[in-house]
Amino acid sequence: MENGATRKFSVREIRQDFPALRQQVYGKELIYFDNGATSQKPQMVLDAINQYYSMDNANIHRGVHHLSQKATSEYEEARETIRRFINAPKKEEIIFTKGTTDGINLVATSFGELLQPGDEIIISAMEHHSNIVPWQMLANRKRLVLKVIPINKRGELLLEEYRNMLSPKTKLVAVAHISNSLGTINPLDQIIEAAHAVGAKVLVDGAQSIQHTKVDVQVMNCDFFVFSGHKVFGPTGIGVLYGKETLLDEMPPYQGGGDMISKVTFERTTYNDLPFKFEAGTPHIAGGICLGTALNYLNQFDSKELEEYERDLTEYAQEMLETFENIALIGTARNKTSVVSFTVQGIHPFDIGTLLDKQGIAVRTGHHCTQPLMDFYQIPGTIRASFAFYNTREEIDKFIAAVEKSISMLG
Amino acid sequence: MSIEEKQREIIDEFAIYDDWMEKYEYIIELGKDLPLIDSSKKTDDRLIEGCQSRVWLDAAVNQGKLRLTADSDAIITKGIIGLLVRVYDNESPEDIVKSDLHFISEIGLQEHLSPTRSNGLASMVKKIKLMALSALAK
Ligand SMILES: Cc1ncc(COP(=O)(O)O)c(C=O)c1O
Repeated sequence: MENGATRKFSVREIRQDFPALRQQVYGKELIYFDNGATSQKPQMVLDAINQYYSMDNANIHRGVHHLSQKATSEYEEARETIRRFINAPKKEEIIFTKGTTDGINLVATSFGELLQPGDEIIISAMEHHSNIVPWQMLANRKRLVLKVIPINKRGELLLEEYRNMLSPKTKLVAVAHISNSLGTINPLDQIIEAAHAVGAKVLVDGAQSIQHTKVDVQVMNCDFFVFSGHKVFGPTGIGVLYGKETLLDEMPPYQGGGDMISKVTFERTTYNDLPFKFEAGTPHIAGGICLGTALNYLNQFDSKELEEYERDLTEYAQEMLETFENIALIGTARNKTSVVSFTVQGIHPFDIGTLLDKQGIAVRTGHHCTQPLMDFYQIPGTIRASFAFYNTREEIDKFIAAVEKSISMLG
Repeated sequence: MSIEEKQREIIDEFAIYDDWMEKYEYIIELGKDLPLIDSSKKTDDRLIEGCQSRVWLDAAVNQGKLRLTADSDAIITKGIIGLLVRVYDNESPEDIVKSDLHFISEIGLQEHLSPTRSNGLASMVKKIKLMALSALAK
């Protein structure tokens, strides 16, 4: 086995690790294809949550007693696990947040403080609302210019247009690694190199990539990388912001409170060192620890093997859907994974989603928090099936049959 | 038929279906049968924007009765609208305000009326009740 893996990937076997997959809804075996929204949790993570609250619960970074020290060291160990998982150079560069949205808001607020009126920020046409709205708010507040990289019909960024947007005024480029609505894998190497060439920083929204592909922030050379614990088999309410140390040092704190200070008087406060400067208040301790557990669960496997398996599922689902004359795939990038989005001619996505649900299949319908992207395709929304490595080809076969049945009922 | 009697009648109609798909097949038929709102009446002031599906409601009090027509871009939503219109249309504002809407949950469709479902149906019911209330206040 490669890449430090200790466990051979077998879908039949690993499905046993996820209790949520062994249940029926409406009398049908659950087929969970809403992994883009959130992932199910392996028993290891569930046990860790239980263990933490049963035996290890204490506040961290502030106790002299045994439990507090134990909780603190577990929390800090999780930080180290996360650092290794994304290959960040230093532990101090790993900031715990509430999730992707929180991480982006932190950067928009704090890095945003360093920007001047007239400075430019670039996002893309396929961004999630969480990677649009914080920048709009910042642009309004600081009188910045927000630019949007256009896409083609396949759902791929137009890199030439992007290059033409860049100038010394560009201060930040914020793009998704993988699109939640389309599955497109964006060419970060080219995006980041071009941004750096004009002195701009790059924030990568990794909400949809951390669970599907190997992330190495040093190879990527991004300046910020954000993700959510709950999409990578960990708990909700916890996430990570990675930032380059020099940048994080330069940025003012985001929120004030306990833990983020080194000395407080009523006249002035000096701030704590990284990462604590950005971690005000009692954090989601169990969340942090159990996110570490979730990443350790993944560390058992060769990430390449999981990645190939998921790509195969995606291609298979796409091929099957292409056989329907009245189905249009939305998002057909040449480099994509784990998401198939589609519309059915003359049928509202909500109707298909409702009927799939009653057949035990969980998908998402609607705009997927990417309304500007839906406007681009001139559709109200799509039906989105999004996969994880615990899904199977047999599930896709059942899904296709259920889509067929739904269409015949609605048509 | 009173609002309560109409609700009972619908509950009886649905009692024969023990399978979810059959139930939805019936709702879809109702949706297809419901007359469309004239497209000239699909104006923004009649639109109830849901996150998932959109609903248009045209309502007015005529000779002491609330008269309703409604439409949706999703056929299942429209089918359920058909049921709601059947229950509330041509009833007096007073009866509507007094009524307890229970058939939806009894036929197992309560999820469609939850405000978080955001298919516009919860807002539609609220709007009907508000119209009835304001007609009473006049
Ligand atoms: C690409 C992308 N960015 C950001 C988010 C927001 O993540 P969260 O809601 O966990 O903060 C999501 C989640 O749907 C996403 O898919």
